[in-house]
Amino acid sequence: MGEPGTKELLSLEELEASVSGRSGRKHIVSILVENKPGVLTRISGLFARRGFNIDTLVVGPTDDERFSRITLTLDGSNHPIDQVTKQLHKLVNVLKIRDLEPADTVARELAMFKLAADGPARAEILQIADIFRGRVVDVTRRSVIVELAGTADKIAAFERMVRPFGLVEMSRTGEIAISRGRGET
Amino acid sequence: MRAVDAVMECLKAEGVDVVFGYPGGANLPTYDAFYDSDIKHVLVRHEAGGGHAAEGYAKATGKVGVCFATSGPGATNIVTPLTDAMMDSVPVVFFTGQVRTDLLGTDGFQEADTFGITMPIVKHSFMIQHPTEIPRVIHEAFHIARTGRPGPVLIDMPTDLTRVEIDYEPVGDVRLPGYQPTTDGNQKQIRLAAKALANARRPIFYTGGGVISAGASAELTELVRADRFPITSTIMGLGAYPAPDPQWVGWLGMHGTRTANYAMDEADLIVAVGARFDDRVTGKLSEFAPRAKFVHIDVDPAEISKNVPAHIPIVGDAKNVLARLLTEYRAQAADPSRLDAWWERIDGWRTQHPLRYEDSTDSEIKPQYLIEALYEATKGECVVASDVGQHQMWAAQYYHFDHPRRWINSGGLGTMGFGLPAGMGAAVGNPDLTTLVVSGDASIQMNAQELATCAEYGIPVKVFILNNGYLGMVRQWQELFWDRRYSHVDPGRWPDFVKLAEAYGVAGFRFEDKTTLVEDIRRAIATPGPVMVDVRVTREENTYPMIAPGAAARDMVG
Repeated sequence: MGEPGTKELLSLEELEASVSGRSGRKHIVSILVENKPGVLTRISGLFARRGFNIDTLVVGPTDDERFSRITLTLDGSNHPIDQVTKQLHKLVNVLKIRDLEPADTVARELAMFKLAADGPARAEILQIADIFRGRVVDVTRRSVIVELAGTADKIAAFERMVRPFGLVEMSRTGEIAISRGRGET
Repeated sequence: MRAVDAVMECLKAEGVDVVFGYPGGANLPTYDAFYDSDIKHVLVRHEAGGGHAAEGYAKATGKVGVCFATSGPGATNIVTPLTDAMMDSVPVVFFTGQVRTDLLGTDGFQEADTFGITMPIVKHSFMIQHPTEIPRVIHEAFHIARTGRPGPVLIDMPTDLTRVEIDYEPVGDVRLPGYQPTTDGNQKQIRLAAKALANARRPIFYTGGGVISAGASAELTELVRADRFPITSTIMGLGAYPAPDPQWVGWLGMHGTRTANYAMDEADLIVAVGARFDDRVTGKLSEFAPRAKFVHIDVDPAEISKNVPAHIPIVGDAKNVLARLLTEYRAQAADPSRLDAWWERIDGWRTQHPLRYEDSTDSEIKPQYLIEALYEATKGECVVASDVGQHQMWAAQYYHFDHPRRWINSGGLGTMGFGLPAGMGAAVGNPDLTTLVVSGDASIQMNAQELATCAEYGIPVKVFILNNGYLGMVRQWQELFWDRRYSHVDPGRWPDFVKLAEAYGVAGFRFEDKTTLVEDIRRAIATPGPVMVDVRVTREENTYPMIAPGAAARDMVG
């Protein structure tokens, strides 16, 4: 491949082929951090520096008020994440980081769907919500809001089912995750 | 006491005797505290000069350098030295003033988001939230800067928070739950490395700046001499192993020796210590050292297997690991004669490909000759601070360093303008040794204002400008790789450097004659106080040998 500094031209294919180390799977990264200003920027900055796109990002408190947990997901088929995990470890405010194996992990997401529910559609929507163990949390004459928790796949499936009825809008939290078994995440 | 007086107390407690800085509106309270403090403050002429001076001080002494700047433009002016310190792992604590808290985020006068701007270029940073946390933050900053893989730490202090009375109590301990660098190497891995060394037939040590940071020169030298191991280093690692020496094969990489690069190419075992396989070292990565297994010793786990997969990774402090590796290696009782054939090969390269240049036959000064003359005139007993470009490569090639912390350059970031202020900092930190600054006609002008600082404080740096009237390294690349289309590398008109020196109150000389050069250099160096010498050298001289960009190490040219 051509080198910076020389006049050799690069082709777009060469540029794309030069990225290696992709894992090909989705990654759920759980990061335990000190609850201090700027921590989130430092972490997201490490991803941004390499041009990585974070798919979801959740920050919340833990059982110890000094620490927060950040759960983020990204697609390993787009980005090699090994090096970025090591760099995350170097941040002074980061205590622990786990690249969770999907098989050993319980991951859940919360979503709310606002659906147009006029006339006969309403009953059908409620039925689908019931099958997905969703809950109706708001009803007006022309709409319902359904709250649904579950895996990202389940939420995507529900979205596909209800979209034809008129999906006004949807809000998703992004996944949180915890490892299976007795050990700490 | 006032929070700013507590800052002075903390600096004293950290053993700081000198700082470099520049006052402004947002750090007025701090500068009021300097008025009564015993800490020596060197007033630089530009904050970038202050940052590089703190780096030079840190590199020459091994202590943490300290730099003060005000908010806004003061803070943005230290962005380059901060990045430089980050790339070369230099322990420096930067204190920046900040607008008062009620103005934060309002585009107040001289406000910049210093904390945000500098986030990717610091080892860590703090924004003071409450005056009482100032002492603890300062001690944490020094601790982070000097331990593990050293690096720059920034403390941003809103001006109102520094004007508060606080109860100051000395801070005895530092607790950082997320920061616990591994310094003890794994014993099993160390034993594996010793075995690999004992079995290797073509081993080589490849060391970097990490050995110097760790203060591990003695341990390295002893281990390398425990057998007849060949050793090369990066340009950052010069002086960790004393050169010249029969086992030293020169430094490696783009402008390193052929011997070092060929030995890496044919080695069966490479022991990397405190080095990071930079692209300027490896050349074409896929063809780098294709026959070698790698032992990689580094205090920073993120460096291991970053560019080249390590077969035996050892995370730990080089001083700790090398000492234990020596013990383990001796226990192996390896047969030194297994290296005979390897040395025959290496000696063959050495004889065939020494560093060389075509010297002039008249009075013209070749830049390489100037460096040789500097070495001869000083017997190598100097600290050499370099700027960035061709002169940097020649200085590294033809001046030899037999002690650590004698060679100070900007390796990772390649910052033009680094040399003079860094040399100034080194001279302040190390007054017993002569400090040379090797610069170029372009580099020197990127921080020439620090000549005034040198004159005011009598900092006796001896600056030698390799003046070829070109941005030499860029010109070389345009000549070799861009069909000699010399685009904007001939500045046409430079200042008269002798007059410039004199205008700043610095002794100025101009040397143009090779035949008297060594004596002229002695005379310049013997001149008391700071000196700047304009040395007219060959205009179009290339730095060789060279690994062309994208080429493999074995295909060196020139």
